[in-house]
Amino acid sequence: MEAGLQPAGVEGVGGVQGVARSRVERVRRAKAPKAPRWVHPLVIVAALVPFVWVAFAMWSDVFEGTRYLGSEPIKESEHFTGKWALRFLLGCLAVTPLIRITKIGWLITYRRTFGLIAFFYACVHLTIYFGLDIELMWSNLVEDVLDRTYITLGMTALLLMVPLALTSTKASIRWLGNRKWTAVHRLVYVSAVLGVIHFYMAVKKDVREPLVFAAILATLFAIRWWYRRPVAGNKRAGDLASGG
Amino acid sequence: MLIRITPEHPIPSSEITPEGVYQDRRSFLKDAGILGVGLAATLAAGKQAGAQGGQGTSIGGAELKGELTPEEDVTSYNNFYEFGTGKDDPKPNAKNFKTKPWTIKVEGMVAKPATYSVEDFVSPSKLEDRIYRHRCVEAWSMVVPWQGFPMADFIKKVQPTASAKYVEFTTLNDPKQMPGLRFPVLEWPYVEGLRLDEAMHPLAFFVTGVYGKTLPNQNGAPLRIVMPWKYGFKGGKSIVKVRFTDKEPRTAWNIAAPDEYGFYANVNPEVDHPRWTQARERRIGELRRRETLMFNGYGSQVASLYSGLDLKKNY
Repeated sequence: MEAGLQPAGVEGVGGVQGVARSRVERVRRAKAPKAPRWVHPLVIVAALVPFVWVAFAMWSDVFEGTRYLGSEPIKESEHFTGKWALRFLLGCLAVTPLIRITKIGWLITYRRTFGLIAFFYACVHLTIYFGLDIELMWSNLVEDVLDRTYITLGMTALLLMVPLALTSTKASIRWLGNRKWTAVHRLVYVSAVLGVIHFYMAVKKDVREPLVFAAILATLFAIRWWYRRPVAGNKRAGDLASGG
Repeated sequence: MLIRITPEHPIPSSEITPEGVYQDRRSFLKDAGILGVGLAATLAAGKQAGAQGGQGTSIGGAELKGELTPEEDVTSYNNFYEFGTGKDDPKPNAKNFKTKPWTIKVEGMVAKPATYSVEDFVSPSKLEDRIYRHRCVEAWSMVVPWQGFPMADFIKKVQPTASAKYVEFTTLNDPKQMPGLRFPVLEWPYVEGLRLDEAMHPLAFFVTGVYGKTLPNQNGAPLRIVMPWKYGFKGGKSIVKVRFTDKEPRTAWNIAAPDEYGFYANVNPEVDHPRWTQARERRIGELRRRETLMFNGYGSQVASLYSGLDLKKNY
């Protein structure tokens, strides 16, 4: 596992240049096919479409009297952004398994991208909850966080993402070093689990949708476990063991 | 989408209440606006002997006329799990729901157990208009102009025996027509219940129409319950069975989550739901929350039903 940390950690920051890596790795990288340059910006724009839409719908419902978000636009936008945060968090966690399976190395770029977009949606979710749903009432916020388990968990999930977002830059990896950085970023697993439990506990009775999220998360964990499992005589097991 | 609903009552409610009365109400409200809310309350209370003090809400609810929630919201934002758990599910899923013919089985501790047709209770000429506040346990609320008849009229007609203490209402359980029943989200059929004295209260209402039209399927056609001082889930929809009993009925939400939903479910800003505060609510169509009123503003009329009862325990 230790041995595997290095290259995977390097990959882990979206193809950071200038960090030592093995010659084999360098050759493999050079030959690896890359996506066209415009793909990444396009993905980012696409990922922000739900936000732009909900912002427009909210504005229009409130000021123009439309009904894009139904009878309770505040609740609807709150749930909408919360679910998008979880989707991108799962997307972020899907990147490494996807690379394992497809061997398409350049996908790694999207791990950071999706993680940051998930954080963005989580922040919007929190803003709608605090600003519009409970109308900036600190007493209500404190009560919710202390007494209501699903909010305690949701808030924890979001707070855990803060250090990850702050250390998502190349400079942070150099500053922390690969091993420490990787260790810190394992918090994303905790955040995802808490986020899904938060969703599960928040719904009134029909838990089918949160269970879908939970099933996807479990599948992603299972794939990780599959690739990490010690296999006697299989050199790849160690090589692929870490990261993500 | 606007769905035209052909009224099934021979006489539309707008004709039942003479237009003059409506006009009168409007001018009455205008005057009230000028003279101040205090006087409005007094005037409204004057219409009904039992409605002094508190929020000054009369049984007819005329003073709420200026606060009506748009019909579009009332008929498209519905909790009716038999037609799906999303609030926008019932309207499309109940489109082809058959409400004719419809029978209601009355059984248990009652002098006249029988299977009645809705028409046995609904005489169009006797339908009343009631504008009630509607407070969902999920902390949203509406103001709805219902048409229907007092539950007490129905109860008097079927004559419960002296031993009857409670009344239980059962919603239709027909998975062929109600796609929501295919999933065990709640224990089906949906059962609700009231203490007999609650059911006899003049505010307790059987509803057959809303906004002057036959009750849309998604709102619980052809017959639903409205208990304005209780959370919305106490109002069973599409009722097929009424049973009188001496034991507290096991009710659907109480079975599903006893720590979250009690038998009484009286609107109470002081007793929070475990997952959210009940102190404030969001009126549909309004951006800011408003304070939730004790017994949803009907305290002056109903509080006496619960004297000596610990409302924190009996939530």
